[in-house]
Amino acid sequence: MMTAPSGDKPFPSSSPDGASSATVNLDKTSRRMRRHVGSNIAGLVAVAILLFVVQGLARNSALQWSVVGQYLFSATVMQGLMRTLTITAVAIAIAVVLGTLLANMRLSKNRVLRAVNAVYVWFFRSIPLLVLLILAYNFSLLYSNLSIGIPFGPSFVTFMTRDFTTAMTAAFLTFGLQQAAYTSEVIRAAIMSVPKGQTEAAEALGMTQWRIMKRVVLPQAARMAIPPIANETINLCKSTSLVAFISVPDLLYSVQEIYSRTFQVVPLLVVATIWYTVIVSVLTLIQWWLEKVMQGPSRGNRSALIPAEAL
Amino acid sequence: MSVPVLEAWRVSKHFGAEKAVDQVSLTVEPGTAVCILGPSGAGKSTFIRCLNFLERPDDGYVFIDGDPLGYERVGDTFNEVSGRKLSRQRQRVGMVFQQFNLFEHMSALENIIEAPCGVLGTPRKDAIEKGMSLLTRVGLANKADSYPRELSGGQQQRVAIARALAMEPHLLLCDEPTSALDPEMVHEVLAVLSNLVSEGMTMIAVTHEVGFAREVAHRFVFMERGVVIEEGPSSDLSTERVKEERTRSFLAKVL
Repeated sequence: MMTAPSGDKPFPSSSPDGASSATVNLDKTSRRMRRHVGSNIAGLVAVAILLFVVQGLARNSALQWSVVGQYLFSATVMQGLMRTLTITAVAIAIAVVLGTLLANMRLSKNRVLRAVNAVYVWFFRSIPLLVLLILAYNFSLLYSNLSIGIPFGPSFVTFMTRDFTTAMTAAFLTFGLQQAAYTSEVIRAAIMSVPKGQTEAAEALGMTQWRIMKRVVLPQAARMAIPPIANETINLCKSTSLVAFISVPDLLYSVQEIYSRTFQVVPLLVVATIWYTVIVSVLTLIQWWLEKVMQGPSRGNRSALIPAEAL
Repeated sequence: MSVPVLEAWRVSKHFGAEKAVDQVSLTVEPGTAVCILGPSGAGKSTFIRCLNFLERPDDGYVFIDGDPLGYERVGDTFNEVSGRKLSRQRQRVGMVFQQFNLFEHMSALENIIEAPCGVLGTPRKDAIEKGMSLLTRVGLANKADSYPRELSGGQQQRVAIARALAMEPHLLLCDEPTSALDPEMVHEVLAVLSNLVSEGMTMIAVTHEVGFAREVAHRFVFMERGVVIEEGPSSDLSTERVKEERTRSFLAKVL
């Protein structure tokens, strides 16, 4: 058996103060760790600033908290909130579906499909969101009639574009189509991050390309894509406030409508801010939950792997 | 005489100007295990990947049970088949990879039943039952619910073998099945493979395990620079008995 070395340790070059003995019994020493004074002070300063800001807000009479309370759940604001949520949800749904399609086009062997994708992404990333929104709203000025038929051939049904592009459809299309350009790049990167061996193993098992995409590649890509897509959804939800420019009564537009009558600008903007914060908080929770679910059932199942005797 | 499970006829594959596989032919009768040996860069892996069209041969044909892979014969013409038909043709050929390539988001059992349920349409209950018996066969029945990242390399490779077997392939291709394993895990994987051979599985394995090739396989093929240098019964795998000088010098280095 190994014996522990004795605790006495000689220090030939004894410390500069000269007072320390040349031999130290290590058994009798104690350790003193560094104290992180700097980071403690920084923390205190941060808390102080936060408290200062909060009490400044709470006491500022211009905020008129009673007015905030009065309008927070008013019917107009609630309708606006619903519109903001609807536009966000529809747009992100279009973006994920179309984005997945575009990502697959980009990764295809077909050069024409890749070129179509490149032009799409280039166009929708080039044009400012607000310009696109106003353009979509005024789509009838560009094409006065829309028809369903054979390209360059006869058409079966023709609509007046004006009847078709309401402000809401313009909003859905603008945010959906532009977001799809960005989301397709996220999904493309996520698909490429799935190792090639996964596809090869599936091919060797006789799975078809479609099935491999559905069962093997996309489930693994989704895990990678969720944090950036959640991030984009949060961003999108706030960008939807631009629809005020085409008079869609969303969250921002509805509070603007109220304060243009009552002149209570600040408290109503606070109402809008509170709701945007709530939406983003909920989205963050959904993101956290999705990441946890996607991270693998294994974590949840782990207890099942430990044999009963071990518990 | 029985129809060969596999017949490769002058299979060639090049990457740019480099000929990775140059007119390699190989016939494998049912129940035979063939090991492909050779130095790295000999084209062994490329050749075995050509046998299930993971690499599409530039020239030559591969026949599985007498049927051309990737083509349909009409008279003197071989018409290329659709991706969907190729997938169906591939079901007869199982493959085990160097890096295991288990589906990371599925448990061991889910990995095994994925293709039978999704491709063959086996009812889930039957697939699970068969999957469990395959896991038992590779000694991993207690790991059915484990995910690949929770398994050792050797265990992952054994699950991968079970996954290939779940499709009841007529031929099992093994591309360096033990090269990515820690030394102490090589044995457990080779034991599973030699059991399969003794049960009559037709197998082609690219391997560096000359001992395995000699004791378990029936025949060996020695490749170098994309061509077959020598073929023979695996009992001849020794420096004294091989005929070609290059085979001998290779064996002298690895034995």
